[in-house]
Amino acid sequence: MNYQIIISGAGGQGVLFITRLLAEACMNDNRHVLTSETHGMAQRGGTVISHLKVGDFKSPLIRPGSADLFVALKPENLDLHYGFLKKSGMAIVNSSEGSSTAGTNRAKALNADFLANQDNNPGSINLYMLGGAIALIPVCSIEKIKKQIEIRFVKKDKKIRAKAVMALERGFKTIVSGC
Amino acid sequence: MSRVAKDHDRSLMLGNEALARGLVENGCRMATSYPGTPASEILSSVAAWKKSEKLDRMHVQWAVNEKVAFEIAYTGSIAGLRTAVAMKQVGLNVASDPFMSAAYLGVKGGFLVISADDPGPHSSQTEQDSRLYAMSAKVPVLDPDSPGQARDMTGVGFRLSEEFEIPVMIRPTTRVCHARQDIEKKEVQRNNVEAVFEKNPARWAATPKFRYKLHNQLEEKLKKIALWKETAPVCLNPSVQSKKAIIVSGVSAAHAKDIVRELGVEGIITLYQVIQPYPLHTQFIEMVLKKHNDILVLEETTGVIEMQLARSDRVKGKKSGHVPETGELLPEIIEKIIADFVCVKSGSKILETKPGRRPTLCAGCPHRASFFAIKKAAPKGIYTSDIGCYTLGMNLKAVDTVLCMGAAISQAAGFAHAYDDKKRPPIVATMGDSTFFHAGIPALIDAVVQNIPFLLVILDNRTTAMTGNQPTPASGKDVLGEPVTAIDIEKLVKGCGIKYCRTANPMETDKFIPLLKKAVKYSQNNGPAVVISRSPCLLSLPNEELRENYKGVEITDTCDGCGYCISHFECPAMVMDKEKEKVTLDRSLCTGCGVCVHVCPKKSIVPAESSNMEGS
Repeated sequence: MNYQIIISGAGGQGVLFITRLLAEACMNDNRHVLTSETHGMAQRGGTVISHLKVGDFKSPLIRPGSADLFVALKPENLDLHYGFLKKSGMAIVNSSEGSSTAGTNRAKALNADFLANQDNNPGSINLYMLGGAIALIPVCSIEKIKKQIEIRFVKKDKKIRAKAVMALERGFKTIVSGC
Repeated sequence: MSRVAKDHDRSLMLGNEALARGLVENGCRMATSYPGTPASEILSSVAAWKKSEKLDRMHVQWAVNEKVAFEIAYTGSIAGLRTAVAMKQVGLNVASDPFMSAAYLGVKGGFLVISADDPGPHSSQTEQDSRLYAMSAKVPVLDPDSPGQARDMTGVGFRLSEEFEIPVMIRPTTRVCHARQDIEKKEVQRNNVEAVFEKNPARWAATPKFRYKLHNQLEEKLKKIALWKETAPVCLNPSVQSKKAIIVSGVSAAHAKDIVRELGVEGIITLYQVIQPYPLHTQFIEMVLKKHNDILVLEETTGVIEMQLARSDRVKGKKSGHVPETGELLPEIIEKIIADFVCVKSGSKILETKPGRRPTLCAGCPHRASFFAIKKAAPKGIYTSDIGCYTLGMNLKAVDTVLCMGAAISQAAGFAHAYDDKKRPPIVATMGDSTFFHAGIPALIDAVVQNIPFLLVILDNRTTAMTGNQPTPASGKDVLGEPVTAIDIEKLVKGCGIKYCRTANPMETDKFIPLLKKAVKYSQNNGPAVVISRSPCLLSLPNEELRENYKGVEITDTCDGCGYCISHFECPAMVMDKEKEKVTLDRSLCTGCGVCVHVCPKKSIVPAESSNMEGS
């Protein structure tokens, strides 16, 4: 299946990191991937958006009204980039409140800041969100992403790797169990 | 959906990595660059492959600026080697002098000029189209639509360059440079050609008389290049017979391919992709104008292809107003243009752009401390500034002008000359260390000769921060991390003739402000003064070092939420709690630098009691 995914947040939150992780996981699932990233000045705390397309695409950009999945690492990004979602698409937003876009049930909240704080894992907010996102729209299996984390973090401390995997799993389970 | 065969050696490559891969796969022996978004990752990727593939005979280097980078790589090619220089589009402005001349003289080994454009613009001063530069210099240019095609164009470009002894430009755009795609690696070519420079003063040191001859030869080359088969435009659906045609190039081609398929019009309208926008193939121009009477051209950013078709009666594009002349040609814009052109309906909607979070200097950035001190030392000053992270000093109202690399000093001089002596406000120029090396030195010499009353603050964070922490000539290490000679900025400044030069740490606010005040005073009475504001970029430091330097602060209950620190210091770690009418600290961002202690007018920010708090 083809998937179009928008991931956005603030510079420094790890938008590019999870985009790349998900893209590589899909690639290792023998699918074609194409992404478009924000580099340069905006990375200094500004709004960062990345586009990820899995399947048969030539264009690296997603048109408004076409995304299957939208991951917002900051609550204010939901409104900024909600227009990329297609009618049957789903959004997941890092927020303590429920669905915050008026009159829609297409946005699901996951309080990644809170979970990360509880787990003393503040560097992994992006991974909680990625876990939750793939629970919502199965772009790729969680096992493939875990495997990719192991590959990417191969030189890092075991504890760091375990924390990353834990964040991914907790985000995933939180959405699956619906709380 | 097409599945990919498992056994291929595929990897997810950034467009810039793909370009770099193309260079090493095609026997490139010398690569040079100066960092600039969106081109920065090209050279670091070449260096990474030089290391991993053990390409010992390859020379890879950051140069002090694009002009120097160009001249080094170009000369490698006239010694017979395959070479390349990479830069962003405004970097080509800096390198335009050798670029224009190199077209006349030509090359020996294949020579590629990679000039990355930034339609939008996302991270640049202009949206200029490097293909126009290629046209102006009379150099062929290739326009990739994706990382994969960019990689392949390096090989084609080298062959074209060698066959006609001419520099060849590859012009990727941001959406190619910063796209990632799964790409199958090809084998790296170990090129062991020996450098041989065949002396020929009539060519390599041509006087104007010979230049005229060379210009004629260049025109002859271009005529032949406009017939060269390998870079000819491609018809993507040759079985279709239609009076209407769409011509696409660059990333617009990638968007158009998806859109034509989705709109279901690929069977009714002829689609051509131009590989080499200049010189446009002669036979293609003839054929297209013979077969089609209604032609839509989609390209970024200027109408280079439509200019060469030169038929405003048949061509819809920038000139006719069908395609915007400014901004990025986003796929949703292209969808609407194509749908209108073929008279079908589309659901294309353009998102209204909402203001997002504006970029800001990082928490703990030494530039913020410098700007705060400059405003205290010269509160009514004119602040000229330059290109780099510190451009963001405009958020702090400490940056009044930004023109181009190196202009902060010359603009300070311009203001100084413009104002009468008695009415002249203090003038403080800010410029980063890398920018100073790049283009600040000639301007500083000029300011010394003219005895300009201004203070230059060199924001020396020991790196090229904005583009991803590349080394500067003062770093003492090269792109591979190997030790090289380090240039001493103080000696350089003094060598330019500056008599008043002080070096200080901007993070020591209580000492730094008086030092700046003295320097401002000196400059107003005596002429140019320089303060080197030295403190490393936090992004370049290892976490351990950050933790060691962590001082930590606390905000006491005396904070009345006046907002002074938010508007004058704008540290991302300081957040206004609107309900409590008090500023709070985001400890996940705070680097514990402690500068804000000196910022609060109410003294409500104090050093933390325990200095061993957890840093981020």
